[in-house]
Amino acid sequence: MTRVPPEAAGTAGAGRASPAPGPSSRPEPPPRGGRHRALGRTVGVLLLLVALPSAGTASLAWGTNPLTLDQVWWGLWRRDGAEADLIVWTLRVPRTVVGVLVGAAFGMAGALIQALTRNPLADPGILGVNAGAGFAVTLGVGLLGLTGMGGYVWCAFAGAAVATVLVYLIGSAGRGPARPVTLVLAGVALGAVLTGFSTFLTLIDEHTFRSVRTWGLGSIARVSLDDTLAVLPFLATGMLLALLLSRPLNSLALGDDLASSLGVRVVRTRVLGIVAVTLLAGGATALTGGLAFVGLMVPHVVRWFVGPDQRWIIACSAPAAAVLVLAADVLGRLVARPSEVEVGIVTAVVGAPVLIALVRARRASGL
Amino acid sequence: MARSEGPPPRVDFGYATRTVRTRSFSARIPLRSLTITVLLFALAAGVAVGALGIGDYPLTVPEVGAALTGGGEAFHRTIVVAWRLPVAVAVVVFGALLGVGGAIFQSLTRNPLGSPDVIGFDAGSYTAVVLTLLVVGSGGYWSIASASLLGGLTTAFAVYLLAYRRGVQGFRLIVVGIGVSAMLGSVNAFLITRADIDDAMTVGFWGAGSVTRVTWDGMTPALVIAALVALAATALAPSLRRLELGDDAAVTQGARPGPARLGLLVTGVATTALVTAAAGPIGFVALVAPQLARRLTRTPGVGLLSAAAMGAALLAGAHLLSLVLSQVYRPVPVGLVTVCLGGLYLIRLLVREARR
Repeated sequence: MTRVPPEAAGTAGAGRASPAPGPSSRPEPPPRGGRHRALGRTVGVLLLLVALPSAGTASLAWGTNPLTLDQVWWGLWRRDGAEADLIVWTLRVPRTVVGVLVGAAFGMAGALIQALTRNPLADPGILGVNAGAGFAVTLGVGLLGLTGMGGYVWCAFAGAAVATVLVYLIGSAGRGPARPVTLVLAGVALGAVLTGFSTFLTLIDEHTFRSVRTWGLGSIARVSLDDTLAVLPFLATGMLLALLLSRPLNSLALGDDLASSLGVRVVRTRVLGIVAVTLLAGGATALTGGLAFVGLMVPHVVRWFVGPDQRWIIACSAPAAAVLVLAADVLGRLVARPSEVEVGIVTAVVGAPVLIALVRARRASGL
Repeated sequence: MARSEGPPPRVDFGYATRTVRTRSFSARIPLRSLTITVLLFALAAGVAVGALGIGDYPLTVPEVGAALTGGGEAFHRTIVVAWRLPVAVAVVVFGALLGVGGAIFQSLTRNPLGSPDVIGFDAGSYTAVVLTLLVVGSGGYWSIASASLLGGLTTAFAVYLLAYRRGVQGFRLIVVGIGVSAMLGSVNAFLITRADIDDAMTVGFWGAGSVTRVTWDGMTPALVIAALVALAATALAPSLRRLELGDDAAVTQGARPGPARLGLLVTGVATTALVTAAAGPIGFVALVAPQLARRLTRTPGVGLLSAAAMGAALLAGAHLLSLVLSQVYRPVPVGLVTVCLGGLYLIRLLVREARR
């Protein structure tokens, strides 16, 4: 069994981090001190400061029709209707903006859901949240004849919320906290059923098949800026909520009893957490159809740099996931030129080995 | 309960048995398992034959009967014997194969969730088949079947190797399998979107697991291989039961764990690969059949024969449901029926496991 006992997981990272005071005697705030940790955080933030603009530039420049940095620059500022201008403004800027937003949303949703379930294997994709949103959207398209992002979003929220609650209920049917593997299996089972029903709906109706076929793959290329603007308020609310929740989540890592004795309202934190996950994962799925494994990988990588403090993890997961999504998108454009591979496929191919490595590791990095 | 006189003391096995003994042969037959297995096979055959009348050209039961026995109109005979009978045979045989594959892997991993569809072997078979169809462009039965077997075996070994860390643990194996199948699933999706829209619809429909395209041309070699697989499974069944005791105890019972496990692995993968080659990945039958059979027969472990019977009955039932759906509504591949129903069962199983 590779499962990490929740309490051990909560303090394992902290114990390694701080030399001075015993981590268990100072549960909140988690250790700030230690040159090692400060160095890690500085390096992490610096890396993000370099990586995000580079990934953004690469996303603007590279593709089926590669542009030089000069062309990108002039295309961005001198809107004269030249070829470079058209490529940059109609194709590359929208998908870069969408990539950043969606990546940030999935990264934060992943960090949040890992903290909420205290499960190192949690991810909105693995736990079936994206499948729930996808199923609800397919249902909306097939039965209600929805078109456009305005309708998709509400369906996606409903589906994501129901799936999150269902998986959590299934996983925690037993006594005590849900075991990581049970939760993962519950999510996979729910995802299989929901995807099955979605496939059923698309196969029986050609119209639905056409509208959903490419959407379901997780592509950020076909998303328009208008649709993004329609979803933006929800994503922003979710992100804000996630940041506000990061402090009580630190205490929640110690277990419900200890957290409530520290003054955290456990139930309220969990409910708000599920709302935030729903907003983030549902909104991002409505835009792209769900990107697998982004929410799984990013928080683990971020944790290497910033340690177990949820405030740092959640805040840094957003830009880090944006970098990952942009990089995966650029990679997808480069490997299959002149065609391209959808970003969701790239993240799945990159992310599955990460899941395998995590489950092989004796002890996943502490939550 | 030992009797006071008579050399063979009667042992209470916990279930009714009948001992058959001749001079050179002796066997203990569990009555309940046998009855249920026979009943389930009869049910499967009955449902499959009953489904022969359903289709775009509906036939009555007497017409089907007449066609099967060589009478009736020539057109009816064509429909029933040439078009629909291979599907009916396929449903029963494939269901049984899936049941056997599920029983083998659940027994090897000692975990009710360790069935080939959860661990992603059929995803591997399917990837290999899609590659053969779309990239290599060869659609003959043998090339597809060998690709399917190769893909399944490669995936199986990859999953085992990745999950191996001083022994293979059930849950680690399953999560590794989930990861691998997620990866293969997205590769499949990619391959399908790169195909022509017509090819994509075909492969997509087939990729959900559909038996409606099965013909005698494809069924004949499939039946031959199925017979071989059944023989191998029968030969390996005693080793499987011994391996359930743990490797050390199995050795004392005369089993050789290494070769036996390898043989069982290949046989188990062959069952799903065969089905995937002919009908696409049909999910969750392998997961559900052994467990339901175990509940019905009230045996402590999963049995190969009863799992086969339950698999056949389940797939026949799902096939009937998909036929009825296609008549009253739209054509639905049988694999979707099994995924939707089987997934719900999996969730129930998880809740039960968690409650314990």
